Order: sequence, then structure tokens, then C-alpha cells
Amino acid sequence: MSIRRRSMLIAVSLALGACGNLQPWVKPYERDRLADPIMSWDRDAVSAAYLDHVYESREGSRGGTGTAGGGCGCN
Amino acid sequence: MAHTIAGLLRRCALAAIVATTAAAAVAGDSSGPAPAFTLTALTGQPATLSQYRGQVVMVNFWATWCGPCQQEMPLLDQMYKKFKPAGFTLLGVNVDKDTPPVRELLARKPVSFPVLLDPANSVSKAYHVDEMPSSVIIDRKGEIRYVHRGYKPGDENEYQDRIRQLIRE
Amino acid sequence: MLRVTGAAVLPDDRADVFYSSYNGGGMDITGESVLVRKKFAEQFAVEANYFVDTVSGASVDVLSNASVIKDKRKQKSLSVEYIHDKTTYNLSYTNSTERDYISNTTHFSLSQDMFGELTTVSLGFTRSRNQVGENDGTSFAPIIDWLGHSDSRSYDAGVSQVITRNLIAGLTFDVITDQGYLSNPYRFIIYFDPTNPRGFSEGDQVYPNTRTSSAVEARAKYYLPYRAALGATYRYFSDTWGIRANTTELTYTQPVSNVWILEGRFRYYSQGHATFYSDLFPFAGAQNFESRDKELAASKNNTVGGKLTYTFLPDGWKMFKRGTATLDISRIQFKYGDFRDIKDFAGTSEVDAPLYRFNATVFQIYLSMYF
Repeated sequence: MSIRRRSMLIAVSLALGACGNLQPWVKPYERDRLADPIMSWDRDAVSAAYLDHVYESREGSRGGTGTAGGGCGCN
Repeated sequence: MAHTIAGLLRRCALAAIVATTAAAAVAGDSSGPAPAFTLTALTGQPATLSQYRGQVVMVNFWATWCGPCQQEMPLLDQMYKKFKPAGFTLLGVNVDKDTPPVRELLARKPVSFPVLLDPANSVSKAYHVDEMPSSVIIDRKGEIRYVHRGYKPGDENEYQDRIRQLIRE
Repeated sequence: MLRVTGAAVLPDDRADVFYSSYNGGGMDITGESVLVRKKFAEQFAVEANYFVDTVSGASVDVLSNASVIKDKRKQKSLSVEYIHDKTTYNLSYTNSTERDYISNTTHFSLSQDMFGELTTVSLGFTRSRNQVGENDGTSFAPIIDWLGHSDSRSYDAGVSQVITRNLIAGLTFDVITDQGYLSNPYRFIIYFDPTNPRGFSEGDQVYPNTRTSSAVEARAKYYLPYRAALGATYRYFSDTWGIRANTTELTYTQPVSNVWILEGRFRYYSQGHATFYSDLFPFAGAQNFESRDKELAASKNNTVGGKLTYTFLPDGWKMFKRGTATLDISRIQFKYGDFRDIKDFAGTSEVDAPLYRFNATVFQIYLSMYF
């Protein structure tokens, strides 16, 4: 087995071995700060979309913006 | 090499199954004695779970920053007033790290059931709270009989059914 | 483009009224928008948005036509969101119409919360079909010549991860493929021509009829202990036209009291030119593909912006839970590395014309009512 294959096998084994023991490390009752509106990715969607449009129509690049997630994790 | 990976996958799957069943055993629909606790109520008085032995108790974990928690509060209040005469109590365990927002919220939207403060989250940990809000219903003997995670409109009917069942026991 | 949602719960019902104004580079653009969002049975949400842009002005590009353009763009969009357990599905349709450009876009995405809701994985697909035309008449008496169609498909994937109680990070990757008529009919190229007193002559742009681009964006938001948030974003873009671009953005959000929130923003952007772009081609027909659209030029821009939000009705009134009013101002400086301003240039050697640069100010005012 080459060194690269061996190190990959070790990395994968560690990951698999750990998977049974990994627990969410931020508990739902600790998500107060993440639920704060100032921590959301975009507080104002219309404004964010508008600025994206201002740039996209003047720049040569596009895409790559936006992702879901965060918040209070309720339900 | 194939033999090693298969072995690892088997071990990991086994570990995962054990972990989830262990978690389910403590915080699922299965039974177990409700962990004892003592917390300070919003009024300043200490409150223990054992003082409610003999009644059906619902422990509701909530926070000021949790939307669904706010939604269910008025319904929990109605439920508390309705079943209290039959030997039911509802304990609202608040998990906020700071108390002032809790007082502020309850001053604007008061409830009649006891609100207990758990800023150190020791009770939340003991009850393996893994979702906000969470409600744990405990029977007259102090055993956990039902755990409900999250809240969606209509869930209060589920709560009422379970409470009625346990009151009749 | 992936929608931004909170984990596992549909956002509150809301209605927004929005006004914006852009001034810069000889252009004046005002925008007005209305948005309404409503939940049904806590599982479905419908959102409708109507946006109108009014453009007027004479940009640096319309030098020989020298006419003031005035045009209106109307955009309507409808989206439906459905949440079940830990998965959110989103389907939306947008139509954008202006005299010489019609675009229809459909978008579908889903996002899944996992691992104690610390991780959110999202996948999205967007398809746009556009009709491109050219106004051969004037602003007041238009004659539209429909030149062609273009078809665009976008595939996106993203992951958002809660790292600590104070830190959340996200990574998005997308691939966009376009085909069809991808040129801008109002632009033209110029080539060196000593027989012309200006030193150059105009010619038509020739664009490839395909384009594939990919972008990767990393973002993070950090909660500062005295209640403030620091956000950082970095995006890298590259495409088959040879454009490479970098975008960096930093935001700082500071609540000042229970009702005021201040936000500061700084954005830096730089791009390299497309392989078939040139400010001045050496002679007519020098390349198979040629463009002089400044959007494809080597350029940089930086933005300094600020936003002030005021919460009126923090405790609600009748059916309204909350209301906010926001003022947002951005100042953008554009600088081009290989695009010259030849609009009023009187010299005989094009390379003596100044490299183009301009500043733009963007105002936004909006009112949001949550119920």
C-alpha cells in the first residue's frame, strides 16, 4: 500500500470510528445567540437581492451567494 | 484492506445503534424515573420536582428567543387552568442565560403556571433536551411517560390526550 | 441562488415596501418593490414580489447614439415554500420584462437540517430562458428587433454549520451554464484604424454561444459578547471566458438600543478580463470572438455602506408583531484597468484616453411589517 493510500485509510477509519461517539456540541438551549436576528445571514432579503442585482448587472461574475442555516434550530 | 473497512463499518454501525438506543431509553417514549431537580422560581422561591409527587406533572423547556415556545405558551396556560383541579401541574423551565428578558416577556404576556429558572442548563442536560421546545409528562409516581419534541399548532391536542390518560390512572 | 431561511421553522408573515435609487456613471435608476409573505397551516408559505426599475440616463457606452435612454423593467415573482420535519422545499417562478429583454426563471431548492440542527445542507437548481432584443428606434418610439434566445442553468450546493455558540459558517458552490445569444446588442468593439481621424473605427461584438462558470463562497458570522455581529464573506469566481474574480465583504452589525440597529459594510471586488475582451483591437476581425463590454474588462470596485434600522411597534399593535424602517446607503467606486472613456475624447490616439472610473451612490429605504 502506498503512503498516500495508507494515510487516507487512517483518516477515513478515524472518521468512521468517531462517528458513533459524535454528539451535537451546541445544545438547542445554547442557541440563543444564533437565534438573534443580528446573526442571520440576511436580515432583509429584498435589500440583499437588490444589491446582488446592482453588482451582477455591472460585474462579470455571478452566483455563489446565499445559504440556509443557523437560527434557533427550534422544531 | 476490504476486510478492515467492512470491520470498521460494522463496529461504527453498532456504536451508532447503541448510542441512539441509550439516548432513546432516557428521553424517548419509554419509561424511567424523572430526574430530581431543585430550581428557583421566578418568584424567588425554591421549587423541587418531588413536591409535586402524586400529581401529573408536565415539564416544559422554553426560552424567550424561541418562536415556537412563544406560540405554545398561551395554550399551555389554558391547559394548566383546565386540568389543575384534577391534580395536574405545569412547570415552565426557562433556559435563558439571563433573567431580565424572561421577566420582561412574562410582564407583557403573563402565565399562571410556575416558571422556574435554569440558567446553568443543569436540568436541561439531565433531561437530555435535544430540541426546543421540549415537554416531558411525568405520572403521579414520578415516572417519565411521554416526551414531546418541538411544537407545531395542533400538538396541544396530543398533550391533552396524554394528560387525561394519566389523570385517570 | 439559494434562499436564506432559518433552520426548521418558516419565517414570520410579512409585508415590505421598498424604494431604491442608483446614481452613477451617467445613469439614474429608481426601483420600487412590494413583497408579501404568508404562512398556511405552519407548513406552507407563499411569497409574492413585484419590482419595478426605471432607468434613465446616458451611460459611457452609448457614445455615438448620444440619446438618453429611458426604460422600465417589471419583475414579478411567486414562490412557495413547504416544510416537513427537518426539510424545507422551495419552488419559485420569476418573470422580468423590459422592452428589449424578457426573462423567465424557475427555481427549485431543498434544504435539510441534520445533526441536532447544527448542520444544514442545501441543493438548488435554477433555469432561465431569456429573449434578447435591440431597440433600433428611440426611447419614445421604440422599434424592437428580437435577436435571439439564451438559456441558463444553475446548479448550487451549500452547507451551513454551527461551529460554536457564537459562530456559524457556510460554504456555497455553484455552476452556471449558459447557451444562446449571450452578447449585449448595445455594445460595440473598436479597432485601430489610422484612416479614421479618431484613430479607431467601430465594429460588431462577436460572443461565444456558450459559457460555463463556477463560484465558491465561504462565509462566517461571529457573535461578539457585548451583542454585535461580525460577518465575513469571500467568493472566488472563474469561467470559460477567462474571467477570474474575487469578492470580499465584511459587515459589522451593532444594536444601539432596543429599537436601533446600525450596520456597516465594506465590499471589495476585482476581476480579470475575458480572453476575447479588448479595449482596442489591433485591426478589423483580429479575433474570432471580440468584445468591448466593460462588464468583461479588468476592473475593481469597492463599496462602503451603512444601514440604520429602526424598530417601531416593538411590542406589536393589533395583528402586527413588529415593524421596522430601514435606510441603507452605499457608495461604490468603480475603476477599470483596460476600458477607456472615449465618450468625449477628442484626441487621435485612443490609448491616450483616460481609463474609465466613476462613483455611484445607492439609496434604499424600506418598511417591513411582520404579522
